[in-house]
Amino acid sequence: MLPEEIKNLIGRSTPTKTCEVEKGAIRRFANAVDDPNPLYCDEVYAQKSRYGSIIAPPGFFGWPKEQDRNSAITIDTPPALITALEQAGYPLSSVVDGGIEYEFFLPIRAGDVLTAKTTVLNIRERAGSSMNLVFIILETVYANQNSSRVATAQVTAIFRSINPQEKERTNA
Amino acid sequence: MPEQIYWENIEVGVEIKPLAKVSTTQMLVKWAGASGDFNPLHYDTAFAESVGVGKPIVHGALKRQWLIQLVTNWMGERGTLEKFSCQYRAMDYPRQMKTMTAPQEGETWWCKGEVTKKYTEGNQHFVDCNIRVENGKGEVTTSGRATVIIPTKS
Repeated sequence: MLPEEIKNLIGRSTPTKTCEVEKGAIRRFANAVDDPNPLYCDEVYAQKSRYGSIIAPPGFFGWPKEQDRNSAITIDTPPALITALEQAGYPLSSVVDGGIEYEFFLPIRAGDVLTAKTTVLNIRERAGSSMNLVFIILETVYANQNSSRVATAQVTAIFRSINPQEKERTNA
Repeated sequence: MPEQIYWENIEVGVEIKPLAKVSTTQMLVKWAGASGDFNPLHYDTAFAESVGVGKPIVHGALKRQWLIQLVTNWMGERGTLEKFSCQYRAMDYPRQMKTMTAPQEGETWWCKGEVTKKYTEGNQHFVDCNIRVENGKGEVTTSGRATVIIPTKS
């Protein structure tokens, strides 16, 4: 059973992040996927397209200005939730990505400055065969510099209770 | 960009042109840098073992991005991706590098999909698709759905 203090964090939001969408970062992102779409990298081509400028691939929301230098993951969660999960036997190091749901409303262009705010939508625990799992649903709303909503993302982060016996078995 | 696809030419059941991908340790490094995901789960064998996944795994978000590429390629420049979802169902392990730029022999992943629904809302023309990533054995390791707006000929 998850402690009540964890369940109480449903509805909690993170501080708003500002993300700059730079064309170099777009290019690097598209290159990492090996997606040669000229809308992401060819300025002349993109200008003649219906977008009129370089756009970001769906799934890229720029680079946060307030990037935490010590952060190893991209999911944004209230720090209180991470601490509480750790105490309940679900360390951050156990996290795996479960999946995502996007809704796209407007194109994101090179030069846009986005704001991103993440809210904890749901937390539920499930007993597995070798370990327990906690599913955290986080919703991020992205808006551009004109305060228009550009996209929403719902991420499922799965925290696992990696018990000591399990660890030993894996290391053996 | 490939030739533009039109709503009139799409039928339910039609296959989306598959996209082949080879994930390598190098690609995972590039993805980590470009996405900001620095979880050692994706590059450190001892860490990956200690958290119970055996060895470094392909980022779920990279597989997500492969599927987004599959759909945006298919819908063409005048298509618009409205909704996209995917779930990571099984781990994938990257190929190691043979040379500075070429991977060792091994697994090739295929991104595939098909049209499940075709409909209009107002004056917009929508198509729903099921999409998936298959590993070298043909097992589905990621599955999802997409909704796109497709242009009409008229």
